[in-house]
Amino acid sequence: MIDVSPVSGSGEEILALEGVSLWLSGREILHEVGFSLHAGELTGLIGSNGAGKTTIFRVILGLEAPSAGSVLFAGRPRSRRNGFIGYVPQSVAVDPDVPLRTRDLVGLGIDGDRFGIPLRQRGRRQLVDDMLEAVGARAFADSRVGNLSGGELQRTLIAHALISRPRLLLLDEPLANLDIRSEQEVVALLARIAEQQRIAVLIAAHEMNPLLPVMDRVVYVAAGRAASGSTEEVVREDVLSALYGHHVDVLHLKDRILVVAGKDEGHHPDPGKDQAVVPRGRR
Amino acid sequence: MSGVSATLRAIFEPGFFSSGPVRVAVLVGGVVALVSAVVGVFTVIRGQSFAGHSLGDLGTTGGSGAFLVGANPLWGFVAFTVVGAAVMELLGIRRPRGRDLATGVVLGAGLGIAALFLYLGTVQSNTSGATITILFGSMFVIRSSLIPVFVVLGASALAIVGLLYRPLLLSTVSADIATARGVPVRMVGIGYLLAMAIAVSLSCVTIGAVLSTAVLIGPAASALRLTKRPGLAIAVAALIGVAVTWLGILLAYDSYYWPPARRGWPVSFFVVTLVFVVYLLADLASRRTGRKGARRAQQALAPGDDATVGRAPRGAG
Repeated sequence: MIDVSPVSGSGEEILALEGVSLWLSGREILHEVGFSLHAGELTGLIGSNGAGKTTIFRVILGLEAPSAGSVLFAGRPRSRRNGFIGYVPQSVAVDPDVPLRTRDLVGLGIDGDRFGIPLRQRGRRQLVDDMLEAVGARAFADSRVGNLSGGELQRTLIAHALISRPRLLLLDEPLANLDIRSEQEVVALLARIAEQQRIAVLIAAHEMNPLLPVMDRVVYVAAGRAASGSTEEVVREDVLSALYGHHVDVLHLKDRILVVAGKDEGHHPDPGKDQAVVPRGRR
Repeated sequence: MSGVSATLRAIFEPGFFSSGPVRVAVLVGGVVALVSAVVGVFTVIRGQSFAGHSLGDLGTTGGSGAFLVGANPLWGFVAFTVVGAAVMELLGIRRPRGRDLATGVVLGAGLGIAALFLYLGTVQSNTSGATITILFGSMFVIRSSLIPVFVVLGASALAIVGLLYRPLLLSTVSADIATARGVPVRMVGIGYLLAMAIAVSLSCVTIGAVLSTAVLIGPAASALRLTKRPGLAIAVAALIGVAVTWLGILLAYDSYYWPPARRGWPVSFFVVTLVFVVYLLADLASRRTGRKGARRAQQALAPGDDATVGRAPRGAG
C-alpha cells in the first residue's frame, strides 16, 4: 500500500479496506490494498484490465475472503447479508427473448432473491415508478430489457441496485460500451445519486477521464496494489511510478489526464497501456 | 341448428367423449403439456434447450430398459432423466463450453445402450411396437392407474418452478447480481434441472422421448414471442401447450377414419406439427409488431436529434 494522506471525508465512513491481500492459486492478486468510502462521495476505482478492480469488488461483496487484512462496513465486520450493497456488474447482456420489462427488472431489485411466487404488494408499483423516474427510465419502463440500448440498460441496472436502499453502490465498468452522450448522462446520474441519497458510490473504470469532473476520490490500482486520495494527490508521476514499479508520465491535456509509460531503462511491458490511448473525442 | 350439430359431429367423430383412452389421454396429456410449457419458459430463457433435449435422449435409455425388464417405461424415464440431470450438473452443464462436449459424449453412450435395449426388446416380443412407443410416445395406451403418478410428479415440478421463480429470473439476467445478493445460484440451477428432468420424463411417455423437446420449448418459445411479462409468458405458454395437445388428440382420434390404413395417425405427429405451426405464427406476429415498434421509435427520435449527427452511432450496446 502506498500511503497518500487521506482526503478529508465529507460524509461518514461507509466502507474501509485495511491492508487487504488476496492469494489465489499461489498468486498474489491483491497486495495490501487499503482505502475508505464515504457517504455522499463518488470514488473512481481506476486501473487497466486485469489490475485487480473486479477482485476488489468481489472482496467487498464477500465473494472472496481476503488472505490478510480486513473489510469494515461502517466500522464493523461484514454481516451475513449484502443488503447494504447495491451492485451493477460488468457487461450484463440480456437476451431479447427474456420476458422482463424494465419495470420488472427494477422490481426484482426489491425481492429478486426471495423464494416463492410474489404476491401483489401495495405501494410496490409506486416505489418502482419513483425509482424509474429517479434514473430517467420512465420512457422505456415497459420495453423489454433485452431491447434496451447500452445507456438504457445501465440506468435500469442502477435503478435495480438502488431500489433496496443500499448504503454503498458498486458499479463495474458502467461506462464500457456506452456512446459519449449516454456516458455523460450516466456519470451525471451517478454523481447526483451519491449526493442526493447520501450513499457511497464506487465506480470501476479503466478510463478515468469521463469521471474526472465528478470524482471526489480516486483509488488507482496497478498490479494488485492501490493508492488512494484526491486526483491531485494520486495521479502524479511519483505516486503512479511507485505503484507500477516502472516510470510513467502523467500528462495534463486541457482538462484531461493521460497516464503513459515513460522512458525507462527496463524491459517492462507498458503498464499504463490502457491509459495511453487518447480519450475518444469530446467537445 | 342441425348444421351446427352436423359440423360438431364432423369435428368430433363418434365416441370421442365416451372413449376411455381418450379421457386418459386428455387428462394426462393436458397435465404434461401444462408442466412442460411452464418449465419450458425457463429452459428457453436460460438457454438450456440442449440440456432439455439431452434429458429426453437419456430418457430413451431408461424407458427402453424398463420395457426390457417388464416395468412401466414411466419409471425408467423418471429414473434416467433425474440421474442424467445429476450427471450433467457434475459435468458442468452450466458452463457453455464444457457442457456441449461432455453432454454429447454421455448422450451418445446413452442412446447406444437404448439401441441395444430396443433391439433386445424387439427380438423378445417379436414386435417393434415398443420401439415406436418409447421413441414417439402414445397417449392412447397410458394406463389410467398411472394418472395420480402423473399428477403428483407434475405438481412437484410446478412447485419447484414456483419456489425458484424470482431467483431464476434474477440469475437469468445476471448470475453476478444474483450471487452478490446472496442467491445460491448453483443450488437454484440444480433445483431447476430437477424440475426439467421431471417435465421431460412425463412428456417422454405422452409425446415420446425423441419429441419431448418440442413440447418443452415450442409453446414457451411461442409465448416469449408474444408477451414481454414473465407471469403472462408462463400463462400463454401453458395455454398453447394444453391447446395443441388437446387438438392433437382430437385430430388423432378423427384420423381413425382417414386413409391409408384407417388405423389412426400418431398423436405425437399432430401435436408436434401444431407446435411448429403455432411457433411460426407467433414469430410472424412478433415480426409485424417489432417492425411497428421500430417505426414508432424512429419517429420519436427523428425531431431534434441533430446532436448525434456526425458522431458515433448511438445505442450500440
